[in-house]
Amino acid sequence: MAKLKISDLAKIKEQVSRRTSLRNGGAKVKITVHMGTCGIASGARTVLNAAIEELERSGRKDIIITTSGCAGLCSHEPLVTVETQGEEPIKYVYVNDPKMRQIFNRHALEGEVQTQFALARGSEQQ
Amino acid sequence: MRRGPSWLHRGALLINRAGRNLERGFEMEELSLHLLDLVENALRAEAGLIKIGIYEEPEQDLLSLLVEDDGRGMEPGMAAAASNPFFTTRTTRRVGLGLSLLQANAQACEGDLTLESRLGEGTRVKAWFTLSHIDRQPLGGWPATITGLILTQQGVEFFYSHRVGDDEFELDTRELRRELGRDALADPAVTAMLREQVQEALAKMGSRA
Repeated sequence: MAKLKISDLAKIKEQVSRRTSLRNGGAKVKITVHMGTCGIASGARTVLNAAIEELERSGRKDIIITTSGCAGLCSHEPLVTVETQGEEPIKYVYVNDPKMRQIFNRHALEGEVQTQFALARGSEQQ
Repeated sequence: MRRGPSWLHRGALLINRAGRNLERGFEMEELSLHLLDLVENALRAEAGLIKIGIYEEPEQDLLSLLVEDDGRGMEPGMAAAASNPFFTTRTTRRVGLGLSLLQANAQACEGDLTLESRLGEGTRVKAWFTLSHIDRQPLGGWPATITGLILTQQGVEFFYSHRVGDDEFELDTRELRRELGRDALADPAVTAMLREQVQEALAKMGSRA
């Protein structure tokens, strides 16, 4: 039977927690990849994998990535929502691997909203 | 130099616009995407434990996929209608595609799909395929898919079992959390290593899926 090597996982976890134990606040940024059938069929998994890779590379502990269902904008999939604490959530549309990496590095890490990939620019008129 | 008639250019543009998703491969081209879709259904049903089984039986030339959850389940009438593409519980659009696409794929490979569900207890979906069927889609990027789910769904436990003939591989996030600590699986470095281990285990078992 092929077995998991839990000791190897424990070693990795040990290294990581030593490296990042100084930063232990809550999540500042939440990235949601929409994973309805529509999202999955148009490439949301590739987008999710790209986000996870960038998160690992950044070593940031205050960014979480999660998935959710169909947001009703199936023709705009893959969709990604980035929420920074205290700011309005931004919905990105037609996201792909390189766009996701740019959104992660510029918006999630640096706080620059990537309006060129966002669903809408500006706010609705009151 | 002659270019095509102007209507052709306009037509091409229209096709380009309408087919924007097609260009990027709007399809479920891997069984791991179907599994991801089934797991997402279970998550929408507020499952706390999701069991995933991939069973390869070379002697019977059979591949079965199983996703079982302890979510809110469905009433009998709803369960019967679930693989109808024109049935959906969502309010955001009028068609539900996930199960019907998987069923069509399974039937194209001399297989089928069954769904059992009990209100308040959970849902169990099983799909099977002829392992060597020329139309059977490959499992594809499964190790990254399952470890991505584990990382992004911290409130949910996964039990994944993969059999190839008599050989078996199991991954239980409840066990991993007990051994490594509650938050260990929230770390992408840990799930990246988990992904490599799943990859190695599948290669070692000689997975043909």
